[in-house]
Amino acid sequence: MKRVVITGMGVVAPGGVGAKAFWELLTAGRTATREITLFDAAPYRSRIAAEADFDPAEHGFDPAEAERLDRAAQFALVAAREALADSGVQDTLDPSRTGVSLGSAVGCTTGLDTEYAVVSNSGRDWAVDHDRAVPHLYDYFVPSSLAAEVARAAGAQGPVSLVSNGCTSGLDAIGYAAELIREGSADVMLTGATDAPISPITVACFDAIKATSPRNDDPATASRPFDRTRNGFVLGEGSAVLVLEEFERARRRGAPVYAEISGFASRSNAYHMTGLRTDGREMAEAIRAALDEARLDRTAVGYVNAHGSGTRQNDRHETAALKRSLGSHAHDVPVSSIKSMIGHSLGAIGSLEVAASALAITHHTVPPTANLHEPDPECDLDYTPNTAREQRTDTVLSVGSGFGGFQSAIVLTRPRLAEAA
Amino acid sequence: MTTTSPVCAPSPSPATRPGTAVVTGIGVAAPNGFGTAAWWAAVLRGESGIGPITRFDASGYPVRLAGEVPGFVAADHVSSRLLPQTDRVTRLSLAVAREALDDAGVDPAGLPDYGAGVVTASSAGGFEFGQRELQALWSRGSRYVSAYQSFAWFYAVNTGQISIRHGLRGPSGAVVSEQAGGLDAVAQARRQIRRGTPLMITGGVDSALCPWGWAAHLADGRLSTADDPAVAFLPFDAGARGHVVGEGGALFVLEEAEAARERGAAVYGSIAGCAATFDADGSAHLADAARLALADAGVTRHDIDVVFADAAGDRAADRAEAAAIAGLFGRFGVPVTAPKSMAGRLLAGGASLDLAAALLALRDQVIPPTTGTRRPADDCPIDLVTGAPRRGVRLRTALVLARGQGGFNAAAVVSRAD
Repeated sequence: MKRVVITGMGVVAPGGVGAKAFWELLTAGRTATREITLFDAAPYRSRIAAEADFDPAEHGFDPAEAERLDRAAQFALVAAREALADSGVQDTLDPSRTGVSLGSAVGCTTGLDTEYAVVSNSGRDWAVDHDRAVPHLYDYFVPSSLAAEVARAAGAQGPVSLVSNGCTSGLDAIGYAAELIREGSADVMLTGATDAPISPITVACFDAIKATSPRNDDPATASRPFDRTRNGFVLGEGSAVLVLEEFERARRRGAPVYAEISGFASRSNAYHMTGLRTDGREMAEAIRAALDEARLDRTAVGYVNAHGSGTRQNDRHETAALKRSLGSHAHDVPVSSIKSMIGHSLGAIGSLEVAASALAITHHTVPPTANLHEPDPECDLDYTPNTAREQRTDTVLSVGSGFGGFQSAIVLTRPRLAEAA
Repeated sequence: MTTTSPVCAPSPSPATRPGTAVVTGIGVAAPNGFGTAAWWAAVLRGESGIGPITRFDASGYPVRLAGEVPGFVAADHVSSRLLPQTDRVTRLSLAVAREALDDAGVDPAGLPDYGAGVVTASSAGGFEFGQRELQALWSRGSRYVSAYQSFAWFYAVNTGQISIRHGLRGPSGAVVSEQAGGLDAVAQARRQIRRGTPLMITGGVDSALCPWGWAAHLADGRLSTADDPAVAFLPFDAGARGHVVGEGGALFVLEEAEAARERGAAVYGSIAGCAATFDADGSAHLADAARLALADAGVTRHDIDVVFADAAGDRAADRAEAAAIAGLFGRFGVPVTAPKSMAGRLLAGGASLDLAAALLALRDQVIPPTTGTRRPADDCPIDLVTGAPRRGVRLRTALVLARGQGGFNAAAVVSRAD
């Protein structure tokens, strides 16, 4: 069985661009949630978000590119460039053996939102005026354009696709990429996810179902997973892209390895498009299957990177799923949600969480759950409140849950370089 | 290409290898027929479903033809509770998924826990639903956006709703690679079968026939502006002038071969090989995808009895595809067809519909025709089946090709049951 390792990482996240800034923010327990500045959010119920400070020009996009590429595409390209440079893989790439699996929950929704206002005369005309549309509207319409941009940047000629499974898109895209390497369809995959959903339509639709936090008077502490006072998630944005490589290939070229992708599984709850059953059984089953694939006992898990969105429904569902799958070990293992600091960037967040999980292994540190001061009595695990914890961690479990009923689990392990495959 | 996928090593009887994925159910919604039987009969009659757009007033646009699914009454297929929560694309998907399950004669409730999943291809989600909500947002304000927008529009909506209706709790998801998605989704579902999930629903059904979707298509600039349905979409013809957009697609019940045999299921054929490539450098790697799919299936080019072409209906793209096919099989070396000439290009649904056509061609030993096109252009040296179905052929293995805008290529090899 081929093994798959992470040999490169690039990040665009709220609080800073680059993997280094990302990890500094997380381990400091700082939050990047604030009042929305990307558009005038005054009429909205939730007027807060975790925004990335991102200047296209600073990242080499000329004005035409900055105009053509949706913000989600720009994030992914910047993250992909950093990941490629970080991995040092570029000079050894065989294009036909290189692929891209990029996740995104809402694709180019920001571009679509903005363009709709233009072609519909600010919503006055149902028969929109196509002559007023930007020439690249089709790229916004079908978001596989996001994966295509990354593939062109990397020169990938192997399998390329966009995985769009709502809020598990990031985890699922990475799991899919690992599978392509294992089955022999590619040797190197650029994988991760991107989303830039802080736009009027997305904020409005989460307003409509009251899923996002209305804590507009205190944006910095608004994302409060597992805390009794939580009142919804805080929207985020960003992208993480990883270079996944077949283990022997990485070893031959002496590549630095962050972690191994040891197991992945997903299940569906077939219950409700947005609702979760309280018992967490499908997520528990995904966790069990991912650990089985990794050939690890549940007691091996040294850190759980939680979905931890900060909705009451999620936090209880997830806590139940962890108890159900990890048994009494659930009480012994540190759990944390980085959404407390960088918000919930929908499909992208899974990729950022896998990046954080890999860094937790590399740096012997568990990032905290910020803003956790009054634990919900129904959430009784060790959620690593407020302060990062130094701790050697060899195995990380990262989980995700999404609209459509998707439940995913991925297992990362410290690379065992001496061991044969 | 220097390497091939080692997962499915060549074997004399691919359909009996453990982990082999066979198709036991087909559901179809197409512009020239709603339901598999109605559509296939229309295809063999050479009946086109392309006509003037009726779903919205297209008189002000430079393109006024499309392929619309006829006779679909949503309320017959979707509960009144679900109607306000769903776009047309989801309603069509639910109807087509049910047909596929009924055709397979399988009750998912009887499967082991987590024993069935769903992977669909999507391209634009519930786009018409999305337009209504964008219209509400921009004309009336954020408070008028529907509570259903958060899940009625996004790309995984069809997968989620099919999973919920039929209680399918196995690994599931959605794949987006424009027109290549209809094969990529099936490849991903086949992977899940290999990993141990006994049954998957997969394929693609698509629809974005609203002014907003139309604006996106028009911006793309690949559409035929003809007003005569008979000559609007002429793949491989010297007079090709773009394509016509349609809605619909196909969904399949895919089962692990052994499990299907145990329950005595009727089998259309196996998904013997799949592959995908990308044109990162501007050159066309469609032929590479085909070669990889053949290798994955453990067959050679001599085993392929018919090719279902991507058939862009654009001169340059048609030439490139004809060159890829001729390069692989020789000039005029294999029968080629494009029944999508009768349906238009269906976004994520198109390649799935071609896969359905390939499976039924193998079953009935007949190659459906490419209509409209009388003969391929001189620079397209392929044996295109035109005019009438070609019978009296021995069909055991078919190759289906698909290309997605932006550089996506996909190929699938389908082998006859038995």
